[in-house]
Amino acid sequence: MPEVETRRRRFINFLLGTSLGATLIAITYPIIKFLVPPRVAESAASSVVAGKVSELPPNSGKIFKFGSRPGILIRTPTGEFRAFSAICTHLQCTVQYRPDLRQIWCACHNGHYDLNGRNIAGPPPRPLEKYVVNVRGDEIIVSRG
Amino acid sequence: MNTNQFQHHRRWRAGRSLAKLAATLMFVFSLIFVWSPSAEPTASGTDGSETPSGVNPAPAPALPSEPAMRTESGEKEKKDTCVQCHLEMGDELAAPVTAMQHDIHAQRGLSCADCHGGDPTEEDMDRAMDPRRGFVGRPTPGDIPRFCGKCHSNAEFMKKYNPRLRVDQEAEYFTSIHGKRLVQGDRKVATCISCHGYHGIRAVSDPQAPVYPTNVARTCGRCHANAGYLQSYAIPHDQLEKWQASVHAEALLKKNDLSAPTCNDCHGNHGAVPPGVTSVANVCGACHTRQAELFRKSPHKPAFDEMGLGECLVCHGNHEIHHPSDEMLGTGDEATCVACHSEGEPAYQAAETMRRMIDEMVQELNQAEALVDRAARAGMEVSRAKFELNDAHDKLINARVVVHTFSANELQKVIEPGLETAKKAHQMGVEALNELQFRRKGLAASLVVIFLAVMGLYLKIRQIERPGA
Amino acid sequence: MEAISKHGWLTWLSDRLGLDPLIALAREKEVPIHRHTIWYYFGGMTLFLFIVQVATGVLLLLYYRPSAETAFESVQFIMTEVSFGWLVRSIHSWSANLMIAMLFVHMFSVYLLKAYRPPRELTWITGVLLFFIVLAFGFSGYLLPWNKLAFFATKVGTEIAGVVPVIGHFLLRFLRGGDEVTGGTLTRFFGFHVAILPALATFVLTVHIWLVQRHGMSVPPSVERQAQNVKTMKFFPNFLLRDAMGWLIALGALAALAALFPWELGEKADPFAPAPAGIKPEWYFLFMFQTLRLLPSHILFIEGEVLGVLAFGLGAVFWLLVPFLDKESVRGERNGLFTLIGVVILLYIAVMTVVGYLS
Repeated sequence: MPEVETRRRRFINFLLGTSLGATLIAITYPIIKFLVPPRVAESAASSVVAGKVSELPPNSGKIFKFGSRPGILIRTPTGEFRAFSAICTHLQCTVQYRPDLRQIWCACHNGHYDLNGRNIAGPPPRPLEKYVVNVRGDEIIVSRG
Repeated sequence: MNTNQFQHHRRWRAGRSLAKLAATLMFVFSLIFVWSPSAEPTASGTDGSETPSGVNPAPAPALPSEPAMRTESGEKEKKDTCVQCHLEMGDELAAPVTAMQHDIHAQRGLSCADCHGGDPTEEDMDRAMDPRRGFVGRPTPGDIPRFCGKCHSNAEFMKKYNPRLRVDQEAEYFTSIHGKRLVQGDRKVATCISCHGYHGIRAVSDPQAPVYPTNVARTCGRCHANAGYLQSYAIPHDQLEKWQASVHAEALLKKNDLSAPTCNDCHGNHGAVPPGVTSVANVCGACHTRQAELFRKSPHKPAFDEMGLGECLVCHGNHEIHHPSDEMLGTGDEATCVACHSEGEPAYQAAETMRRMIDEMVQELNQAEALVDRAARAGMEVSRAKFELNDAHDKLINARVVVHTFSANELQKVIEPGLETAKKAHQMGVEALNELQFRRKGLAASLVVIFLAVMGLYLKIRQIERPGA
Repeated sequence: MEAISKHGWLTWLSDRLGLDPLIALAREKEVPIHRHTIWYYFGGMTLFLFIVQVATGVLLLLYYRPSAETAFESVQFIMTEVSFGWLVRSIHSWSANLMIAMLFVHMFSVYLLKAYRPPRELTWITGVLLFFIVLAFGFSGYLLPWNKLAFFATKVGTEIAGVVPVIGHFLLRFLRGGDEVTGGTLTRFFGFHVAILPALATFVLTVHIWLVQRHGMSVPPSVERQAQNVKTMKFFPNFLLRDAMGWLIALGALAALAALFPWELGEKADPFAPAPAGIKPEWYFLFMFQTLRLLPSHILFIEGEVLGVLAFGLGAVFWLLVPFLDKESVRGERNGLFTLIGVVILLYIAVMTVVGYLS
């Protein structure tokens, strides 16, 4: 009897020890992983670094990621920076800057927007959503108005 | 001028003061109607029963008067005997006045005499409608362009009302098939009033106007879809029906996209003619610029010109333009390429290759989309993957445009980055699903461990509480 | 060190830290066994969930950014970019709700079993204070993700505070940090949630737990009257092992809830957007919210809402002072009235919560 009792006691202690140990690991593992810095260091707020001053000569433009949607950053022929949503208000194609026309242009159905984002020719029914642009050193920071 | 009308006229003279009061009240009432934005639509003037052939001859048009001056003087306005008298007479003689309630000209202060001439201050009918006082009555169809044009072709005059309005409609009209035939004496062709109506002409921007974009096709169709009316002409009458089945009609009528083309966007309005074989790409290219541009540089352009084929419409048709499908490309049953190219030609092979590339990209994109959707439904955060999918979709659209180079090499250049983006989105979908599996497995493992620990505790409690322990 | 045998490390520590009184307390402490023993576990359960809240809350602080421009995005960042961020945040949200539920059970069981009788008046009062603190935790924490629902729920909630006579306007401005709910309110609520309330909670909780150890478990009068000698079990290890079982089960439940039903983030708050239809507070405020909504606009001369707020204020004072009002129970007599009051309050809360959910 006592031998059975001892084996029983040992088994329970073993079960308890290992399972509690494993539980502890199940708790600490996510915590340690949580503490490890993530791939992207910062949460993407309502502003984003859209580009560098040096990469945009006057009369040019580029597409940048703004959250999960594309935005368009342009530098006017006079050197000003402006940013808009790059989603055409007609059928949601991505617009582009046309240095030859000095306009924002949608290739899908030949929609034209002026440098203030206003729809001036072609199918687009509305102007492009305008963003706020700030230049900090070489960085161009775009944020929602 | 029949007897019935004359009797009306005499009766009116008898009870003049009473009628005058009533007419004044009615005019004021009609003015209220004119200015009320929710005024009811009028059925007269624009319905299909009025074809140009029903119009009677009348004397030559009068000179434009100075109506703008008249509106400034309310005294004179009250004295519009045309309105008073015609309203009083009722029925069809009153119809032009009531119809005018919604007329853009009436809204701008013009009245009967400004088009028809005569003297609206004269209370005697004969003197008011005296041709010597410039009265013209009804213009004949042959006279109508000049009748409207006496104001609308006068830049000085139009400037007072709408400086932005064009004044070349009449000149354009005479370049159209309609205009040319009218000059030749054909009285069945369309003139200004066939499309714009009369006595109730609405501005083009008025959604109830027969020339508002969504109504244009029906307006043209009144003649061009009427087989009986077109019997004497050797032209088809199925264009309306075909256009209504097109992607453009769907955009215009169902999605209310006013930029989608209707009849006049390709054929012109006042200068309506079928576009020539060589100008088709220019017409379509007004919106589909890149396709037109690529097409012009492609080997098809000189070949089509040589054969006298109408550019875009060789593959896409004209009125019944469906949403283009990938099946139009390649060598399958629905492919348009095989109409000219047969097996063994290099072009036949190129068509096959291009179709294969597009198909590959579509397949990759669909797979990625399905995967990302699955992850999204399971509650995973996939906004990044969706951004990539969106980008890949843009690239697919671009690739479909680049097909118009008809060069497999050119297509390859845009397909490759597109495929890459689609694969990236695919990979993100896979990662999201893996993460989901990992979470579920992790949960299951921790629950097992926790369950064992609970069991262990239970056994331990039983052990220490056993009597004699 | 070679002398360290079984429990040797405990002696070693005890010698240095002076743990003997604690060990003695743990050895001596006993828990009565009767048909209401089950209710003893809910305090410990609430404490366990509170500890989970502290742990996950501290973790969230590493990535959370308390401003109108960044709060929503940082929570989104935690949910998507930080490994196991989804787990930590979901557990924090779920555990908060479970904790408040357990707190309700604990509080009402204590009330109905009359455990507030002398010498446990202060235990009751600190407990009720903890209840209020926890509600404040819930209210302030709800706004922190800065999503649409939270924004408008906070707006409505603080508006109700503004109804309080005399000090209402001050209270509203104090809570909002201004006249409107703005980014300033968010930063303020963050301060309440992670500094002021934790400081208060730590102090009151310490007193509460110390009082529980000092006075031991209360035996309900109904049990006391029936049996002379109530059976007991050792707190350590018997009761604590049972407690641990409950905690482990709670932990498993939290993990399952977080993994299978991750806490939603919703849409980012837009102060200029119109309020969405059907704004409701968290379930634990719903009975109060529903009461205020059902009250007529005027009762006699007073505005219905003002009366409602005053009534809840008085109710809170009554609840706090129960040990001094229930004289019969103090004398060990049966007091049906207070039991009835408790049952009525419980029923009222339950019915109003259900009505609030259905409407």
